[in-house]
Amino acid sequence: MIGGLFIYNHKGEVLISRVYRDDIGYVFQDVVGWRNAVDAFRVNVIHARQQVRSPVTNIARTSFFHVKRSNIWLAAVTKQNVNAAMVFEFLYKMCDVMTAYFGKISEENIKNNFVLIYELLDEILDFGYPQNSETGALKTFITQQGIKGQTKEEQSQITSQVTGQIGWRREGIKYRRNELFLDVLESVNLLMSPQGQVLSAHVSGRVVMKSYLSGMPECKFGMNDKIVIDKQGKGGASDDAGKSGKQSIAIDDCTFHQCVRLSKFDSERSISFIPPDGEYELMRYRTTKDIILPFRVIPLVREVGRTKLEVKVVIKSNFKPSLLAQKIEVRIPTPLNTSGVQVICMKGKAKYKASENAIVWKIKRMAGMKESQISAEIELLPTNDKKKWARPPISMNFEVPFAPSGLKVRYLKVFESKLNYSDHDVIKWVRYIGRSGIYETRC
Amino acid sequence: MTDSKYFTTTKKGEIFELKAELNSDKKEKKKEAVKKVIASMTVGKDVSALFPDVVNCMQTDNLELKKLVYLYLMNYAKSQPDMAIMAVNTFVKDCEDPNPLIRALAVRTMGCIRVDKITEYLCEPLRKCLKDEDPYVRKTAAVCVAKLHDINAQLVEDQGFLDTLKDLISDSNPMVVANAVAALSEIAESHPNSNLLDLNPQTINKLLTALNECTEWGQIFILDCLANYTPRDDRESQSICERVTPRLSHANSAVVLSAVKVLMKFMEMLPKDLDYYGTLLKKLAPPLVTLLSAEPELQYVALRNINLIVQRRPEILKHEMKVFFVKYNDPIYVKLEKLDIMIRLASQANIAQVLAELKEYATEVDVDFVRKAVRAIGRCAIKVEQSAERCVSTLLDLIQTKVNYVVQEAIVVIKDIFRKYPNKYESVIATLCENLDSLDEPEARAAMIWIVGEYAERIDNADELLESFLEGFHDESTQVQLQLLTAIVKLFLKKPTETQELVQQVLSLATQDSDNPDLRDRGYIYWRLLSTDPVAAKEVVLAEKPLISEETDLIEPTLLEELICHIGTLASVYHKPPSAFVEGSRGVQHKRLPGSAGSGESVESPDTGSAAGVSDAPPAVIPSQGDLLGDLLNLDLAPPATTTGPPPPTSSGMQMGAMDLLGGGLDSLMGDESEPPPIPLRTDTPQSPQLPHQSPSPPDYSPTELGGDLGGSPAMGAGFGAPPAAMPASFNAPVSGGLDDLFDLGGGVGMPSGAYSPPKSIWLPAMKAKGLEISGTFARRAGVVQMEMTLTNKAMSVMTDFAIQFNRNSFGLAPAGPLQVLTPVSPNQSIEVALPLNTVGPVMKMEPLNNLQVAVKNNIDVFYFSCQYPISMLFVEDGKMERQVFLATWKDIPNDNESQFQIKDCHLSSDAASSKLQGSNIFTIAKRTVDGQDMLYQSTKLTNGIWVLAELRVQAGNPNYTVSLKCRAPEVAQCVFQSYEAVLKN
Repeated sequence: MIGGLFIYNHKGEVLISRVYRDDIGYVFQDVVGWRNAVDAFRVNVIHARQQVRSPVTNIARTSFFHVKRSNIWLAAVTKQNVNAAMVFEFLYKMCDVMTAYFGKISEENIKNNFVLIYELLDEILDFGYPQNSETGALKTFITQQGIKGQTKEEQSQITSQVTGQIGWRREGIKYRRNELFLDVLESVNLLMSPQGQVLSAHVSGRVVMKSYLSGMPECKFGMNDKIVIDKQGKGGASDDAGKSGKQSIAIDDCTFHQCVRLSKFDSERSISFIPPDGEYELMRYRTTKDIILPFRVIPLVREVGRTKLEVKVVIKSNFKPSLLAQKIEVRIPTPLNTSGVQVICMKGKAKYKASENAIVWKIKRMAGMKESQISAEIELLPTNDKKKWARPPISMNFEVPFAPSGLKVRYLKVFESKLNYSDHDVIKWVRYIGRSGIYETRC
Repeated sequence: MTDSKYFTTTKKGEIFELKAELNSDKKEKKKEAVKKVIASMTVGKDVSALFPDVVNCMQTDNLELKKLVYLYLMNYAKSQPDMAIMAVNTFVKDCEDPNPLIRALAVRTMGCIRVDKITEYLCEPLRKCLKDEDPYVRKTAAVCVAKLHDINAQLVEDQGFLDTLKDLISDSNPMVVANAVAALSEIAESHPNSNLLDLNPQTINKLLTALNECTEWGQIFILDCLANYTPRDDRESQSICERVTPRLSHANSAVVLSAVKVLMKFMEMLPKDLDYYGTLLKKLAPPLVTLLSAEPELQYVALRNINLIVQRRPEILKHEMKVFFVKYNDPIYVKLEKLDIMIRLASQANIAQVLAELKEYATEVDVDFVRKAVRAIGRCAIKVEQSAERCVSTLLDLIQTKVNYVVQEAIVVIKDIFRKYPNKYESVIATLCENLDSLDEPEARAAMIWIVGEYAERIDNADELLESFLEGFHDESTQVQLQLLTAIVKLFLKKPTETQELVQQVLSLATQDSDNPDLRDRGYIYWRLLSTDPVAAKEVVLAEKPLISEETDLIEPTLLEELICHIGTLASVYHKPPSAFVEGSRGVQHKRLPGSAGSGESVESPDTGSAAGVSDAPPAVIPSQGDLLGDLLNLDLAPPATTTGPPPPTSSGMQMGAMDLLGGGLDSLMGDESEPPPIPLRTDTPQSPQLPHQSPSPPDYSPTELGGDLGGSPAMGAGFGAPPAAMPASFNAPVSGGLDDLFDLGGGVGMPSGAYSPPKSIWLPAMKAKGLEISGTFARRAGVVQMEMTLTNKAMSVMTDFAIQFNRNSFGLAPAGPLQVLTPVSPNQSIEVALPLNTVGPVMKMEPLNNLQVAVKNNIDVFYFSCQYPISMLFVEDGKMERQVFLATWKDIPNDNESQFQIKDCHLSSDAASSKLQGSNIFTIAKRTVDGQDMLYQSTKLTNGIWVLAELRVQAGNPNYTVSLKCRAPEVAQCVFQSYEAVLKN
């Protein structure tokens, strides 16, 4: 299991160090024995000249797992054959918990909260074994204000929540207004050949829920999942099935927050759960079939002699004219030996950014079924570098108000039998946002 | 309020100031001071001097302050064990606190204070906490048992905590169950044979129930534990699989991977025609693909695992090629792994797409990645025959880019393509030759030279090309030198008239001016061959080469099986067995997939090699780590190379490469098992005094002598002619792990046997060991090798804390557990101990073979002694060979390996002898009576899989027996004979 956990700043100075197991180098006579491990990581990874070649490093039979958040390094150290996936999941979770407590993970924030971090580390990692790390539960008893004046009931409520089956929610939550917000957030990924052939495309989506519900509500979530719709269709009229079948989507795979009863999903494909309070991610999913690609990029690159490139890029929006895409940005890479660029675009603003080796073309808004174009002349410095320019792909960013996968929320039912509010009293909001993931066209 | 200010104090006299503050009356000031101390501790300052002052702050009702003091204690208690006792009272008191959070905190912290003196005090509070009414306390106490076990395993057992821990598996709270499982799994790892977890259908059912209810981490603990269980039959296996599959939809990737591990393992037991089997296969693909949308670090872990899964069950992901396409922004470690998997999944159906991608990658920036992409194109050509032509033309396009490392990499792979498809693509040689000058890497130069030598007859200026390399001969790396030597000899054999001078030149460069024994020896061999029998030389050097096979760099099957059992863990990330990177006893057990016990068969039974025969030789491969190992063993079992016809499947070039690289002690044992040719060559030639060091003309040795030198190795030349790819660039730990595996073949079934055990002898006299006398013997009881010792205390004081360790030895003997001396040994007391041994320890050849060096430690000192074990205790229970196999093997082993011994004064009948020997796992396979002489044919197998065949001749009325032993590793014969003698005479 995890033998120790260290947090470093970008210089490699230790901000937090927590040793769980002696085997990582804590020697009897040498009080600061774990320093060896700490130094080994600094020298071999943080100060390494080369780019990091692996997130897992083995130095002198000691394994280091690291993740980086802005310029902070989190490293877990072990000498055993640990579950590597678990260690990384834990490090991410650790980041989530810290963010939930004090916001951005930065050197300053970590120094400001080091006592809190030690307290958290003591709680969520015992002898290197991750323990309940749900922020909702942790916040009930790790507060930095001291837990004074707790009654016995309160104490046992805390412990039963931390260890209980519903570790993510506490009893006795009350809201005057029962309200919930559902966000369907999708990122659409595309890799297209210069000729416009789709090399790979997929949508990875998340359903994020903000719930402000009283008591311990039982929820049921429904969407236009092809398997469910087809199953229901079988029971009803045949033409009905055909109609709904068109609107349903095939989900390749989905994963759920730990509140969802997986065995029930496996057997009935129904999504039922008792939600955590506040914001959390209910599910993630992935689709590859019938994806609506909101934009099409048509590149044209011509080399005019050795010192000039002509680039023309057309983008076409491909969705209902009534909808508006926002924050559109097209990034056209330029060779390293670019000396000057002249750009003409019909819409938006375009600029050559020498530091990024790219022309960045920004358009604030664009309606569906429209087309826009940019053309640029790139002057090159003559070089005797034989190596050809790698021509990185043209990438795109955007945001659209629909789900490119075609996912639709059909219902979210709330049942709370003990309190007297019904499904109808709950105010529900649904929003769809489609964003670009890695949306690239090769040129 | 911010805490960062605590990090900034650097002034002198700080400790003194802190001391004052810690002793302040004001609570706030105290707390501030403790915070400062912790901050100093974090940045690495030594604040241990403040120990008593900090501990004084412990008695507080402020939980935050208490936690800080505890944190300090955990860090410094070890350095101040006496002071740490001061804290004990507070702990004991806190364990009784009405607040469960405080009780848990106390029990959690106590376990982290690793001071022996404290552990005694820990037992009572821990016992109470394990039965606490509050689940939070119980789950913390469960982990504490593991902590305590780590400090003092004996104490945990004595106090019965293990039983309490087992009871917690039935706890009503899922988190308590999960932590208990985690703790038990960890403890069980250090007691491989304890059956501590005692997994049976009832407990499995409990675990599966808890699985649905506990936290994500708990689910991981439980799934990892489940993976160690072996279901009784396919129905149980299926029902567990059914209950585990829902976990594949969990948001936590580690839960998913652990579930995949359980399913991959249990799937082995399902019949393939079962509908459910197919369903399960289909269910596995989507979650694996989903893992690729996780954060990059997890993607890396997932990809390393997918690499294993694809090798074991390619059908799962065969349609998912596209998801492994590399994205521009992927971190380099993800890119490289994806590339690997793309090649594994490449097939005729998707090759067009794959090639287009690979070509794209070859223009990227990262040099390693580009190289790998180019190499991948070559591998596609070799794997998918239909695509070979397109691959070659893609490679030619890439060569035209003139990017130095791309060109070099392309040439290396084109050489392999030539090996796979001879006489098909030689038209490209001209293009390759154009780039000769730009090659600066040894591998590429060697590849190019090989090509020129191999196709010398088609390259008009081959002699000029090779000559140009010769100028800087001494600056080249060995790889290039060897290749150049062979190439020029090939050239000479093809165009003898024009190149005589050249060949003279290279031979003298190699033999006279080089310090490298390999190069020199190869030079001499060619020299003699050429001077004595050019026809033979032609046959040897220009021998037809075996085709290389398509699947390269697969992980060796036994290792793969083991790694599949470790999905999700570090072992699966490193692709090494845990024993390769974990110290101590933990994780040394080798895991195996269920229902696939026969996988080691081919290695164990020698009939495969002989039955297949020479004509049916399996294709040789570019040896990668795993293959090489397989080859080595095949070689060992294949017929000796004295037959005529095509060279045996495995060329000795590989073999030599293997031996060079199998560093450490392993090579000696392995090397001895394999055919001997390279060794005598290496040692003999330089020693012969008349070697032509002075004479510039080829030596005039008589053919007979040469025959002796080169006897039985027509494979040699072919080996030398083989491309440099036969010498793998890296040969690292997985192999040694794999070897361990192979050495571990003799698990042996428990069978009551009257195995012979010699009487105890004194190993360590009291004189030499400050009063400790050890006498002992070895025995094999119910399939387990035991070291039985009598420890006698002849000193004046009590002896405690016994421990034992073995040095590396020939058969990898190692203690299977700690030395169990429960009570202190008082003066003049003797105690008997039996130490079970296993044979999975590190291997090094010893002299004599059965020598064992032992270190014994007690509270007084460490003592060393060595003893010899009868090799008969390594004879495994399944050492009975099939008759047919026996016959074939007997014929197969060269007569040189036969040794004869006389056993004098033995008065047993042949039947009595046979049954006596059987008691020691020497099995009689057949009996023949000729002229009143009984011939018993017997076989026995050693724990490391070495077979020994014997013929025992018993003449009625003659007390002298004759034993003939045949074995591929002749050095064991002496020891085996000694065992025969010992068994028969006792």
